[in-house]
Amino acid sequence: MDISPILNGFGVVLEPANLLYCFAGVIIGMLIGVLPGLGPGATIAILLPLTYGIGPVPAIIMLAGIFYGAQYGGTITSVLLRLPGEASSVVTVFDGFALAKQGRAGTALGIAAIGSFIGGTVSILGLTLLAPIVAGFALDFGPPEYAALGVLGVLLISSVGNGHKLKAIIAACVGLLLATVGRDTFTGAERFTFDSLNLAEGIDFVPLAMGLFGLSEILYNIEERHNQVHSPAKVGNVWPSRKDLRQSKGAIGRGSLIGFFLGVLPGGGATLSSLAAYAFEKRRAKRPERFGKGAVEGVAAPETANNAAATSSFIPLLTLGIPANATMALIFGALLIQGIQPGPQLVAQHPDVFWGVINSMYIGNILLLIMSIPMVGVFVRILRVRPAILAPITVLITLLGAYTVNNQVYDLFLVIVFGLLGYLMKKLGFEPGPLVLAFVLGSMIENSSRQSLLIFGGDPTGFFTRPISGTVLALVVLVAVLPLILKALRRRRPAGRADDTVEENAP
Amino acid sequence: MSMPDPARSPDPLDDVAVETERLQAELDESRPPHAGPPSQIAAALVGLGAGIFGAVGSYALGLGSLTQPGPGLWPFAISVVIVVLSAALVAAGRRLEDAERFSKASLLTLVALVTLVLLAALLPVIGFEIPSLLLMFVWLRWLGKESWLSSIVISVCTVAAFYVLFVLLLQVPLPRLI
Repeated sequence: MDISPILNGFGVVLEPANLLYCFAGVIIGMLIGVLPGLGPGATIAILLPLTYGIGPVPAIIMLAGIFYGAQYGGTITSVLLRLPGEASSVVTVFDGFALAKQGRAGTALGIAAIGSFIGGTVSILGLTLLAPIVAGFALDFGPPEYAALGVLGVLLISSVGNGHKLKAIIAACVGLLLATVGRDTFTGAERFTFDSLNLAEGIDFVPLAMGLFGLSEILYNIEERHNQVHSPAKVGNVWPSRKDLRQSKGAIGRGSLIGFFLGVLPGGGATLSSLAAYAFEKRRAKRPERFGKGAVEGVAAPETANNAAATSSFIPLLTLGIPANATMALIFGALLIQGIQPGPQLVAQHPDVFWGVINSMYIGNILLLIMSIPMVGVFVRILRVRPAILAPITVLITLLGAYTVNNQVYDLFLVIVFGLLGYLMKKLGFEPGPLVLAFVLGSMIENSSRQSLLIFGGDPTGFFTRPISGTVLALVVLVAVLPLILKALRRRRPAGRADDTVEENAP
Repeated sequence: MSMPDPARSPDPLDDVAVETERLQAELDESRPPHAGPPSQIAAALVGLGAGIFGAVGSYALGLGSLTQPGPGLWPFAISVVIVVLSAALVAAGRRLEDAERFSKASLLTLVALVTLVLLAALLPVIGFEIPSLLLMFVWLRWLGKESWLSSIVISVCTVAAFYVLFVLLLQVPLPRLI
């Protein structure tokens, strides 16, 4: 394997300017990610305008920094406030908050930082080795393969995410439909533009993402009753003891592997892997009853796994051009804005971007580890600020940021419209994630299926007879049908678990 | 995933999933109660409407043929999927409990939306300072129930900070009064 591009990638990252963007990304990500209710997706969406006007490499380096910074920010709120920033740090709450109540919040945060660092690093090593191979394999892909992969990606995100599957797929289809607004690239016809000049250019990704992910989140949180305002737990020690480290060594190792492999799978990788890693440790433990009462491994395992998974979820994005989750969809969109099409050609055409991003993760993880410890005090102070004060500030950042992208008020209205749409979707049980992801992939799927039809001379069976696209489409069918089969099987089993839990949950 | 004895199997993944759900339910307690079948049906009908709208609109664009796909073929196909799935949702989704009721608190969101629209409308006319100040103040005083004094102080300070950051430091071309 030729390692010179990898080394060049390090050269790119170590340029002072890029280092600065990486640093800025991690810090900003942590600061915003720590705000209650704003997960990594919302954080990146709100901060997308920051990436305009800087080159593709620093832009992506910064976004990646924001991504894992925000991820760690979510951990902080899980431990100190018992408020998981996002689904993948929900399990961290069990032992993290228990530790915090025992006055060992610092231990929990420290072990999470160390675990994240190790998990991330293992995953980056895997990414470095695996990504070029996958990309090489995918180089022969033609339009039919891309069409099939795109459909599979959309379907997986919709079916793996939380929420009702039917609703998720409807949301995804609306995203595909929104992606068709504007001038048709093949025929030049204007679609759904209602004679508006703005719409003729198509809907911009940035205001759409800022509205659906960022603003909708804020609007949704307004309705929250803040009757039980937690004050954050005190952070005493900020470094886990040697005993803690010894105790969680195995958990971190296993968490890294679980996270890496589950993270590659499209959809929910980080969430699933944190659950799996926690469950695995609990099963292995000699005294499983310690879990939930402040076991250090109970923080180490899921935090390591979700970070490893977050990193390895870059693999499908960078090699196949298929975002594995909603956050990757944002990074995909940001790359497109920079004029870079993520996919198998990325490593050959833009080695600086490819290796720059991957290597910046090493640096970013180191920065995260170094910064997380001294910054804890700052975070605790931010957490003491009432959400009522933070909300309008975040809104102003979002709106003024959206304006600065094109200096157009039109964009502001787009953000507001999509913010309202996202709010209504959340209220009615639709996840905005699949919509955004499908929107990003929409034109790719449409263009490649139309090109394929031209190749096949209008015969759609061509999709199924080509080996790779056929296999992928078989997977599509499997993903679509499997849940139905499982449901049928479950119904034949004596109705047990599922109903029990519902009753237990009822007060 | 074969489980020899489902009743007794202590599958930790299930356990954790159950605990996770419990925590989620607890976190959701600060949310409004879930909405009944009318909201669910209404949501599905909106989806249905969007699908029909898309289908009609794309049919008008011209479907072409598989050998010569017209501009409307792809959006038509998606719209048909939306229509079918939404129709299925009207039937199957009635008893779902994942929607929230629109409560009195939703009025707060409405107020918030009005301030956002006002900001967007006034921004090009009178600059960002006054609309931002108003938005901050309304959000703090009425949406956040802060006191008059802290609402005034915080909104003035925030807008001043934004002015320093965006205008003086980053030199972003925001429309402004001063």
